[in-house]
Amino acid sequence: MTQQPILRLDDVVRTHGTGNTAVHALRGVSLTVRAGELVAVMGPSGSGKSTLLNLAGGLDAPTEGAVSIDGQVLASLSRAGLDRLRRRTMGFVFQDLNLIPSLTAIENVSLPMELDGVGVRKARAAARDALGKVGILELADRFPEQLSGGQQQRAAIARALVGDRRLVLADEPTGALDSTTGEAVLRTLRDQCDDGAGGLLVTHESRHAAWADRVIFLRDGVVVDATGDAETPESLLETGV
Amino acid sequence: MSIKHSLLALLQDGPGYGAQLRQEFEQRTGGTWPLNVGQVYTTLGRLERDGLVESAGAADEEGRIAYQLTDAGRTEVEQWWAVPVAREQTPRNELAIKLALAVTLPGVDVQRIVQTQRTATMTHLRDLTRLKRRADGEDLAWELVLESLVFADEAEVRWLDHVEARISRLGPPEAKASRTAPGATAGNAGVREGATNG
Ligand SMILES: Nc1ncnc2c1ncn2[C@@H]1O[C@H](COP(=O)(O)OP(=O)(O)OP(=O)(O)O)[C@@H](O)[C@H]1O
Ligand SMILES: [Mg+2]
Repeated sequence: MTQQPILRLDDVVRTHGTGNTAVHALRGVSLTVRAGELVAVMGPSGSGKSTLLNLAGGLDAPTEGAVSIDGQVLASLSRAGLDRLRRRTMGFVFQDLNLIPSLTAIENVSLPMELDGVGVRKARAAARDALGKVGILELADRFPEQLSGGQQQRAAIARALVGDRRLVLADEPTGALDSTTGEAVLRTLRDQCDDGAGGLLVTHESRHAAWADRVIFLRDGVVVDATGDAETPESLLETGV
Repeated sequence: MSIKHSLLALLQDGPGYGAQLRQEFEQRTGGTWPLNVGQVYTTLGRLERDGLVESAGAADEEGRIAYQLTDAGRTEVEQWWAVPVAREQTPRNELAIKLALAVTLPGVDVQRIVQTQRTATMTHLRDLTRLKRRADGEDLAWELVLESLVFADEAEVRWLDHVEARISRLGPPEAKASRTAPGATAGNAGVREGATNG
């Protein structure tokens, strides 16, 4: 399950502005996410987590270094090529959700598939399925403003997971959720990765980061530490946890 | 941990002998706090002496005696359910002690200690989460025990983040101050750096 990297960042630097006022959001980060792998990113506010995610999703371009998805360097793609890759391969959960206010929950979720040429009927069926996974199927026909913060968040997650996206990028997807709902979301994300997707998850909550295979810690735009790969958890039992 | 009350609580469900009670206990807590049979029998002996349990009849063919609750025992369990668990008086926390010493002694890389600890705790937390995923909703008692450990790890990571944030706000290490009042430890070579600016 751990062969080809879906996502690769090579010594990525992202600087906003120049000279004295330059902000160094990322200062040389390398990272690989393989199929089947969920990687969590933790770090204080302003440490560069969202920047990292936006670069990984091609929403922002690095000042130095390269980002590649399935071996393709994003900077080498045309605008249309990048859009297509984003629609087919990637699912996004943004920190500010970005649901379209004039579309219902289910329309929001099925939109990326419809844009990609999937028939409405089929896209809606997949969207229902995704809304069911995050537990808000009964709210499918509501508009975002008629949903609570946590319900909007779950709609945004359903949108990111729909249609077997192979790379899921999630920025604080559990922010407004209570502990059992948050856990259900993590379980869904984990299942998607166990089925072969790669996942990159930004979170402040270590309890949620603990669902990942690896956790990297960012600080002032650099990776300061990372957990190793998982060992067998049975060893915990032998020592009485 | 109250072995006494755990045994009394299990006996609410009907009479049982020691090995049986131990098994019932471990089944629910997943062997997180292993009990040995000796502890169980010693405790049962004490409970019998105190009139909280009594033998439920003669020994069986293997010589095992089943115990049952007395009325006093029943009252004791009801009390246990009713009253909040008492906190041990601030149990000793090696990590808090380590950091309290680290931030006040010269030449200790506090940042490094925090990072190393956080990575280790995070790894432990991830492994607990895997055990929990494996249980997958089939064993409520065991999962709740695991989750209590998960939340404890989470609290530790949050505290470590907090420590890190406070240290970085403090700036370079020489800005650190010992709590010791200037002069109070005159001649003590161990508390020299920074102590005078406290
Ligand atoms: N467009 C921009 N122009 C200038 N600076 C920016 C810009 N976008 C981000 N930054 C800066 O880059 C740094 C990293 O920001 P980023 O959003 O990646 O942080 P974060 O780790 O996601 O924080 P949070 O936990 O608060 O979401 C911050 O110092 C931020 O102020
Ligand atoms: Mg952010």
